Amino acid sequence: MSVRGPIIDFPPEASCFDLEGLSLAYGETPALQELTLRVPRHRVTAFIGPSGCGKSTLLRALNRLHDLNESVSRRGRIRLEGQDIHAPEVAVDELRRRVGMVFQTPNPFPMSIYDNVAFGLRLRGGLTRRRRDDIVEWALSAAALWDEVKDRLRASAWSLSGGQQQRLVIARTLAVKPEVLLLDEPASALDPISTLKIEDLIRSLKGQLTLVLVTHNMQQAARVSDYTAFLQQGRLVEYAPTDTLFTNPRLARTENYITGRMA
Amino acid sequence: MDITSETHSQHISRQFNQELEELKTHLMTMGGLVEQQVQQAIQALLDGDSRLAEQVSEGDHLVNEMQLKIDDECTRVLARRQPAASDLRLVLAVIRATADLERIGDEASKIARNAMTLIESGNGARGLVEVRHISEHVRKMLRDALTAFARFDTELALKVVHEDDAVDDEYGSAMRSLMTFMMEDNRAIGPVLSVMWILRALERVGDHADNLAEYVIYLVKGLDIRHMDPEQLDEDALTRKG
Repeated sequence: MSVRGPIIDFPPEASCFDLEGLSLAYGETPALQELTLRVPRHRVTAFIGPSGCGKSTLLRALNRLHDLNESVSRRGRIRLEGQDIHAPEVAVDELRRRVGMVFQTPNPFPMSIYDNVAFGLRLRGGLTRRRRDDIVEWALSAAALWDEVKDRLRASAWSLSGGQQQRLVIARTLAVKPEVLLLDEPASALDPISTLKIEDLIRSLKGQLTLVLVTHNMQQAARVSDYTAFLQQGRLVEYAPTDTLFTNPRLARTENYITGRMA
Repeated sequence: MDITSETHSQHISRQFNQELEELKTHLMTMGGLVEQQVQQAIQALLDGDSRLAEQVSEGDHLVNEMQLKIDDECTRVLARRQPAASDLRLVLAVIRATADLERIGDEASKIARNAMTLIESGNGARGLVEVRHISEHVRKMLRDALTAFARFDTELALKVVHEDDAVDDEYGSAMRSLMTFMMEDNRAIGPVLSVMWILRALERVGDHADNLAEYVIYLVKGLDIRHMDPEQLDEDALTRKG
């Protein structure tokens, strides 16, 4: 399988993540093979590909979620802002604060809306109540949820709709001021209106942080991302500005996948 | 990446395949109709057949209806399928192509109307040799552009793009000799003007055929060569397979 180098039009200093020869395997089964790519800072990058292509595995590797799985072996390097995320001096909890993650199914904690957002802040401690209130309001506003919940912050998070829960989870992640937000199929369990709100939210956040999105929904990748990487069987096939990839991809395999043709 | 007419019809969704195939087929039908309109308009002029000229003029509404029908199909594909990559380029190329074909249809009825005027005036018009010559040239361009579209053939498309310059030159020299006729004999002004309008219409048909050829290159290569100087095109890149 030939892999051509990615077309990217941003300089190395604009990279947030820098992956070099990253390979990952579950036991004997390879999941990612020799991935080398850079993820631009303060942009939305989408990973697309068929089921089992390794896109979620790749996303999880970016905040070391595989650490807990002993069967996972890794080669190659992931640098975040120039620093190797597997270096001994890197604390995993600090890495995960810097690199937040949102999953397919919203997972609010069984507590109030306010307490959900304040959860990470309380863990870190050292904030006055007033300061904490400010951050909760800021995070809920940034997640485009404040106006809908400001009058019922003490209500259970489970009383919210699915779309609101997903935005609450994003607010909870934003409250600890991450640099990166990883989104694994963030809208696939949501109705079309909630999906559009999440997509707007993704776009509105990109000025402040780097977003990496994994999605099955190619139209969604086309709508929200600046760059798109197409993966197949654990390898990077094509990586280009989204406008280019969806109008004139370079490789037949990409063309076949995004247009729904047989290989 | 480049597409070919074979690989382009291998969608997983058979329905989608069929919709795209229909767009192409209908565009070709419209192209065939327009070709016939131009051919008959010229034939009516050269044979002095005013009934045929009238028939061409009345047939223009069929071309217009086909444009609306195909545009409607394109709108539906865009709304329902949200096509990407070469499928998106195909739909855009078809929409653009119907507009040019419709304009060629208008030029054909213009030729037919001027032919009727000439036939009714009963004067043997000057300049018919030039009309015959240029009409053969632009009809070949139109035929080649449609063939290039049907086969996704960029080499043929590029040939059409270059042909357009030759037509422009022929048109220029025909106009100059017609001007001389008018200056020599002012009774000839009326009929010569009609011939000039016909030549002008043919030259426009050539321009529209040139546009069609440019859409083929966009469709196959993803490159928009509109408004580019044909001399500066990288022909190797445009005709290279793969």
